[in-house]
Amino acid sequence: MLILIAVLTLSFIAGSFGLILGYAAIRFKVEGNPIVDQVDALLPQTQCGQCGFPGCRPYAEAIAKGEAPINQCPPGGENTIAALADLLDVDALPLNDEHGEHSDVPLVAVIDENNCIGCTLCIQACPVDAILGSAKHMHTIIESECTGCELCLPPCPVDCIDMLPVKQTLADWKWAIPQFRERDAHVR
Amino acid sequence: MSANPGLHRFHGGLHLPDHKQESLTRPLEHAGIPDQIILRVNQHIGEENEPQVKVGQRVLKRQVLARSSEFVSAPVHAPTSGIIRAIEKRPVAHASRMSADCFVIEPDGIEEGLEPPSPIGSAHRIDKKDAILRRIREFGIVGLGGAAFPTAAKIETADRYNIKTLIINGAECEPYITCDDILMRSDPLKVLRGIASLQLILQPRETLIGIEDNKQAAIAAMQDALDKLGLDNTRIVVIPTLYPSGGEKQLIRILTGIEVRSGQLSFEVGVFCQNVGTCAAIARAIEENEPLTSRIVTVTGPGVRNPSNWTAKLGTPVSWLIEKAGGYSVDEPMLVMGGPMMGLELESDQIPVVKATNTILVLDKRDQPTVRECVRCGQCTEACPAQLLPQQLYWYSRSRQFDHAEQYHLFDCIECGCCAAVCPSHLPLVQYYRFAKGEIWEQRRKTWKSDQSRRRHEFREARIQKQKALEEERRRQKREELARKKAAESGDQSDTKPPAANQDLVKAALERVKARKKSADEAPRNTTDLTPEQQRQIDEADQRRRQMNKDKQ
Repeated sequence: MLILIAVLTLSFIAGSFGLILGYAAIRFKVEGNPIVDQVDALLPQTQCGQCGFPGCRPYAEAIAKGEAPINQCPPGGENTIAALADLLDVDALPLNDEHGEHSDVPLVAVIDENNCIGCTLCIQACPVDAILGSAKHMHTIIESECTGCELCLPPCPVDCIDMLPVKQTLADWKWAIPQFRERDAHVR
Repeated sequence: MSANPGLHRFHGGLHLPDHKQESLTRPLEHAGIPDQIILRVNQHIGEENEPQVKVGQRVLKRQVLARSSEFVSAPVHAPTSGIIRAIEKRPVAHASRMSADCFVIEPDGIEEGLEPPSPIGSAHRIDKKDAILRRIREFGIVGLGGAAFPTAAKIETADRYNIKTLIINGAECEPYITCDDILMRSDPLKVLRGIASLQLILQPRETLIGIEDNKQAAIAAMQDALDKLGLDNTRIVVIPTLYPSGGEKQLIRILTGIEVRSGQLSFEVGVFCQNVGTCAAIARAIEENEPLTSRIVTVTGPGVRNPSNWTAKLGTPVSWLIEKAGGYSVDEPMLVMGGPMMGLELESDQIPVVKATNTILVLDKRDQPTVRECVRCGQCTEACPAQLLPQQLYWYSRSRQFDHAEQYHLFDCIECGCCAAVCPSHLPLVQYYRFAKGEIWEQRRKTWKSDQSRRRHEFREARIQKQKALEEERRRQKREELARKKAAESGDQSDTKPPAANQDLVKAALERVKARKKSADEAPRNTTDLTPEQQRQIDEADQRRRQMNKDKQ
C-alpha cells in the first residue's frame, strides 16, 4: 500500500511538471535562434561577403549552427573574433587570410565623378544603398553610409571607384595609449 | 560674507601650492589688438558652426563670422574690424595637435563696430526672460570656466527643471589661475548683474556664490558690491581651499551637501551652476551690447618674466600675450593652456586664445618627472574626489579591458589629475583614462554605424523581396491575360477551354444535362413484350426522331 502511494505521488508530481513544462514550451516559445541575433550583433555589418556568405546575417546563421568557423571576417579582424569566441565560449582562432586581410584604417569608396558614366551597376551592387544616382547621371557615394565593402568595385565598367582611408577629424580623434621610453619607465 | 558652519566636504582632494600671488601683483590690463587674429570657427562644445563671411571681406567688430542653427551651439563674432585674409586650417589648442578651421583676420586698428542692437528694457518678466535668453544665444556666450558649453543651451535645459539653488562658481581651485579672482576684484558689480539676469530667468530660491578662502580681496570686493546692489536671497559663501572644489559636483557637495549621483545632471537635484566669468559676460552682453569677443587670460608660470592678467581679444596668438608679459624667462619653455592639473600642452606659441582659454602657463621643460611602475600604494584612491578606484581604472585601461573600466565608473572621472599628482611613480594616470574613454567612444560609434548598416541592409533586402513578389504577380496576371485572349479568339471551337470564371457554370450545366440523360435512360420502358407490329412502329418513330435531330443539328 505504501509503495502504491509513493508511486502514485511521484507519478502525479512528474505528470504535473510535465504539463507545466509542456505549457511553458508553447507559451514561451522562442521564435528563431537567439544566438543568431547575438552573433549578428557582433559582426561589423559591412555586408562584404568576404566570409563566403551573402552578408553578415547568413554568416551569423552559419556560425550559430556550427557550420562555419569564427575567423572568416576580415573587416571585423581580431576584435570580432575575440568577441565571438567570448560569446560562444570557444577558442579564438587567428583570422583566416584566405578570406582577406584586416585593415586598421577604415576605408570608404569614392567615385571619380569625372569618369562616371551613370551605368547604375554599382548602385545595384551596394548592399546598404549608399550610392546615389540614376541612369546616365553621375553617381555619388554617401560617405556616412558606406561600409567600405568594396562590392561596388568589380561591376564598374570604367574603373572610376577608389577606396580611400577615412579622414580623421577632431570629432573622432582619440587619445593614444601613453608611451614611455624604456629608460624612463618599465611601463610597456 | 558668512563663515558657514554648515559646509560639507567632498571625498579626497588635495592641498596644492597655489602659485596665485605671482600673477596678482599686477593690475588687469588690455592686451590690445594683435598684428593678426586667428579666430577658431568652433570654440564651443556642440554642433559645428558655418562660416558666414568670405575671404577678402572686410568685417566690423561684433559682426557674426560663424554660426549654427543647432540648439547646442554658439556663434563667433569679430573681435575687431579688419579684413578676412584666409579661412584655413591652423594649429589650435587640441591634444591631437591637429589643425582646425580658423578665420585669419588682419585688423585695421580702428575698431569700427556694427550698430549695437537696442537694449533689453521690457518691463514684463516673460518678455525680458526671452529677450535675455536670445541675447545670450546670439552673443555667443559659453561657459568660461573651461568647458565652453553654450550657456543658452544650458539655461534652457535647466529651465525645464525646478531650480532651487543657483550656485555661482568663484572657487577657481586650480593652481596658477587667477582670471576669476581678478575679475571679482576689479568688476564685482558686473558679475552680480549677470547673476541678477540668471535669477530673473531661473527664479531660484537661493543663490550661493562660492569663493575659496585664499581669495580674500575678491571676497571683500564681492561682499561690498553685494551690499551695494542688494540681490535677494544671495549669499557669498567662503569655502576652504581644497583642489578640486571648483568642480561642479564637488562645489554642489560643499555648498548644499547634495551628492549628484553617477549619470545624474545637477538640474535633477535642483541646482544650476555657472562660473563668475560667464556671469560677467552675460552682463556685458545685456548692458553693453558686447558679444563674447574677449576674455581675461592669466599669463603665468615660472617660465614667463612678468606673470599677469590680460583682457585679450579672442584669436590673439599666445606669443602676443607672452610678449606683453615680458617674454620667456627659460630657455626651453613648455606652454600649457589651462592650469597645471587639467591644462593642455601647446605645441607652439602661434596657437590662438579661444573662449575656453583661462590661462597660459609657461613651465620649464626640464622639470618633467620620470615615470616608474605602479607600486600599489593606494594614495590615488584617497585623493580621488569622484570616489573612484584610480588604480583599478589604470590597470583596466592599460590592459584594454574597457568593459571592466566602465564597470568601475570610468566616465565619472572628471580628469582633475589628483591621482596623478599624488602618484609616487608619476604615472600619467589621466592620460590612461582619456585613452580608455576614447576607445570606448570609438567602439560606441562603430556599434552605432554597424547597427545603421544592418538596418539599411535589411531594408534593402526587404525591398528587393517586395519587388520580386510584385514582378511575379505582374507576370502571373500577364499569363492569364494571354490565356483569356487566346480563348476569346478561338471561342467557337469546342475543344477550347472556357474561361476560368465560367468554368463552374459550365460544369453545373453539364451535370444537369448528364442527370437529365440519365433519368431519360432510366425511365421505365414497357418494351419487354412487344408485338412485331408495335416494334416496327417504334423503330419507325425512332427513325423519324433521329432524322429530326439530325435536321435540327
